[in-house]
Amino acid sequence: MSGQAPEAPAPQDPAPADQGATRVRGGLEPPRGSGGEWVKSDRQRERERLRRRTDLRSGSIATVSTVVFIVLLIWLVTASPGWPRVKETFFDLGQFTGALPDVLRGFLLNIKIFLIAEPLILIVGLLVALARNLHAPVFFPLRSLAVLYTDVFRGVPTILVIYLVGFGLPALQLQGMPTDLATLGIIALTLSYGAYVAEVFRSGIDSVHPSQRAAARSLGLTHGQAMRFVVLPQAVRRVVPPLLNDFVSLQKDTALVATIGPLEALRQAQIHTADTFNYTPYLAAGLLFILLTIPMARFTDHLAARSQRRRGV
Amino acid sequence: MSATAEGRRALLEIEGVWKHYQRHSVLRGIDLSVDSHEVVCLIGASGSGKSTLLRCVNLLETVDDGAIHLDGTEITDVRADPDDVRKRIGMVFQSYNLFPYMTVLDNITLAPRKAHGVGRAQAEEQARDLLARFGLAGKAAAYPDRLSGGQQQRVAIIRALATQPRLLLLDEVTSALDPALVAEVLEIIRELKDSGMTMILATHEMGLARDIADKVCFLDGGVLLEQGTAEQIFTDPREPRTREFLQRVLDARRV
Repeated sequence: MSGQAPEAPAPQDPAPADQGATRVRGGLEPPRGSGGEWVKSDRQRERERLRRRTDLRSGSIATVSTVVFIVLLIWLVTASPGWPRVKETFFDLGQFTGALPDVLRGFLLNIKIFLIAEPLILIVGLLVALARNLHAPVFFPLRSLAVLYTDVFRGVPTILVIYLVGFGLPALQLQGMPTDLATLGIIALTLSYGAYVAEVFRSGIDSVHPSQRAAARSLGLTHGQAMRFVVLPQAVRRVVPPLLNDFVSLQKDTALVATIGPLEALRQAQIHTADTFNYTPYLAAGLLFILLTIPMARFTDHLAARSQRRRGV
Repeated sequence: MSATAEGRRALLEIEGVWKHYQRHSVLRGIDLSVDSHEVVCLIGASGSGKSTLLRCVNLLETVDDGAIHLDGTEITDVRADPDDVRKRIGMVFQSYNLFPYMTVLDNITLAPRKAHGVGRAQAEEQARDLLARFGLAGKAAAYPDRLSGGQQQRVAIIRALATQPRLLLLDEVTSALDPALVAEVLEIIRELKDSGMTMILATHEMGLARDIADKVCFLDGGVLLEQGTAEQIFTDPREPRTREFLQRVLDARRV
């Protein structure tokens, strides 16, 4: 544009204001594009001061509004007419401490089920996903079986699978069939979640760009080698966040195993509640599940943020 | 068919190769032979079939007609083992296609170790020698995303060389690079020519083609319209289409 006249004085404009900075920038050394030492200019100092002030102000506004909100909420809840009954039914401290040891003991079984089921699910899911990627004609039956498995077990409600396995399998009275309820629960959860996790793995495998496979195959690697050394390592890294999400869901679904009878957390809470008609034990169980899933959820967030950062680099 | 085996002297012989995508024919009966130590440059507009031809030679695409012979045996034979064929051919891609989660050293040693059964120590020693030879000695432990485009493409070339292929296919290896980085990749290609590597390059770098090609092939709409020495193609093209293409490239350079 034709703004030579107004532009000309512009560089001198800050000069009177930042006598401090002109020590370096003016005088003998002209401003250099690179190489020279950076001395923070007065403009940048002022900018940062303003930024700090804005941050401080937003911080205090957030604090005040949060405090006001919480006070209002507590007042609203406790002042409502039904509150004493709610408090008695759900927040009974005596009931809570009375039921907690049993519920906690039951909860250890939930953790055990979860810890055993998780690696099994990973193995089943990965094998099924890999089977779906086999294109050699010999493997046609295997591939079809994998498709059938995911279709069936993704479609059937988890609780139904637990009923079928938990009550159905022992009824067959086959030799070597496990009768332990927790084991049956683990089998059922593995069948149900394996189908979901297989799909997660498969989407991860499909998301690796075909050029990576082309590069691997062009080097003479076989399909299996390309899969194992090139595609899977990338696929698995990508699906870690969705996998962890499925595991958060698995952690709470271990409670579904209660329906076939093992004394896990929900079952223990049920027993206590049945005695007293007070629902605080359920709350205790719920609290334990939340305490278990929150770290997992935060860990998932952390991993997602990390991969985001990496991609940004 | 009768002139097979004993009559065949060329390292690679492409005979009447066709390739279709849906209704569209990308290659329309390509004939080309490449001798040992020969450098062949494929030139032509985008979509003329240069990349597809290279991918057919490496069996990343299956041909829809015709045959390709390597060392006197037909590699397009449906009974041939593609993995076995690819072990003898190296390929470098326009977008490098390095494995992002592996170090430079692992990228280079993967194929020798897994596909060729070379021991880790020996594979790494060879890789380090190659890296040193091409000025990347300090980058063995680096991950691809820490390298410049030119460095990544040099690593990709080294990766293709590490299996000691009989033939190297280079698919527009400088197209993704800015002009300053093109030079360092071209330098490697020149060095490879000097060391006697047989190469087929699909390229838009006419300077490079002119400089190193023993044979330049002009592809137009899936047809190998004209082939000859670099001298002949660039100074005295017979086909009007070739002349037109070269003129367009020249004009583009001028702008």
